[in-house]
Amino acid sequence: MSDILDGFRDPEVARGLVDAIHEVAKQPCTLMEVCGTHTMAIAKNGLRGLMPDTIKLLSGPGCPVCVTANADIDLAIEMARQPGVTLATFGDMMKVPGSYSSLSAEKADGRDVRVVYSPLDSLSLAEREPDRHVVFLGVGFETTAPTVALTIREAARRGLPNWSALSLHKTVPGALRALVNDPEVRVTGFILPGHVSTIIGAQPYEFLASEYGIPSVITGFEPVDVLQGVWMLATQLAEGRAEVEIAYGRGVNVEGNPTAVAAIEEAFEPCDSEWRGIGVIPGTGLALRPGFAGYDARVRMPVTPPEPREIKGCQCGDVLRGVVLPFECKLFGRGCTPEHPVGPCMVSSEGSCAAYYRYTDYGKE
Amino acid sequence: MCLAIPAQLVSEPNDIQMVEVDILGVRRHISTMMAPAAKKGDHVLVHAGFAIQIVDEEFAAESLEMLRSFGIKTAEDLEAEAAGFDAADAAGTLAP
Repeated sequence: MSDILDGFRDPEVARGLVDAIHEVAKQPCTLMEVCGTHTMAIAKNGLRGLMPDTIKLLSGPGCPVCVTANADIDLAIEMARQPGVTLATFGDMMKVPGSYSSLSAEKADGRDVRVVYSPLDSLSLAEREPDRHVVFLGVGFETTAPTVALTIREAARRGLPNWSALSLHKTVPGALRALVNDPEVRVTGFILPGHVSTIIGAQPYEFLASEYGIPSVITGFEPVDVLQGVWMLATQLAEGRAEVEIAYGRGVNVEGNPTAVAAIEEAFEPCDSEWRGIGVIPGTGLALRPGFAGYDARVRMPVTPPEPREIKGCQCGDVLRGVVLPFECKLFGRGCTPEHPVGPCMVSSEGSCAAYYRYTDYGKE
Repeated sequence: MCLAIPAQLVSEPNDIQMVEVDILGVRRHISTMMAPAAKKGDHVLVHAGFAIQIVDEEFAAESLEMLRSFGIKTAEDLEAEAAGFDAADAAGTLAP
């Protein structure tokens, strides 16, 4: 297996693909990825610099913690402030600022905030500490949502009285529709997220081709995977085709993972969800179904956070739509750096501002 | 955040679908609830403590071979250029 992975990092193979991309990409195009892991893979491997002048690579709203609205982060913080509550979440969420604070700042102030590797770990936490109520803060796209769905099912199976989930999960296809409907956003092809597609398969993206004539390719995360995705997109554009293709066949089936999709549908129902920079997109959130109300933190712990506010001067919203490049933001590299981040795109390890700052010279004085 | 890491099952999943895996030399217990067909020796993609997919190794090897052909073609082209004739023409001439 590691031999195969090495192959997908082989400079020789990459060089051949880069040549093939230059060969085929004669017309100007703007390709957007919508996955933080792609953002990092492109920046870290310097793939932007290998593209012909005709190809512009953009990052979209693919970092789940970056697109989480301030109001939702404020809600999680308010829950963490309740007496007797332990808030457990993924490490990615800790430093992301809400309107007034972050979970790591709350932890420093003495609240019980814990990082877990798997949502299942939060169940063990609740069993070990029966006097505390453990709220698991679930964030992430379709890759992560089934892990939390199955954890909710497991909590119900064990009959855990002191565990609940706060779902801030979001789903990708509806956001893509909002993006292509946005007149400010001009995308000619989508590099689709590999592991979201492992779960949902190819069908949910068909509308991009059939309704909008936009080609898309489900793409993996090694340098060769990304180059293959770009080459397949450039080829579709050159041939005047618009289809959903898969460049990551070792990790994605056309039909996705039906067990995982069933788990999502069992625990969650679609709800409206606010995306930073885009606004509320109908049906792109996942709320716990009424049958699981006993495990829904919003039901178990009704709290009212203070009125949210936006960070002054921060253009993360425009960056997340691909309307502004990270270094075009006035704060980039000046008021906002990874050491002293202002907006979530600089805070998150997968944020596009962090990727540009870490791996390129743009906007640095 | 949607990162999933390849891992190999080093035991058979138990009755509650938990299994020990090797992730780049590190041993961990993960759930196979989402990949119920996974068995000892299989490679899976792991995300947040769950196997989300069995990796299709045969497919991976085949696609890599296909992708390598880009590099090989380019190398041949370069050789052909150095030799001062077009590889495609030469291949046509030599074909039986």
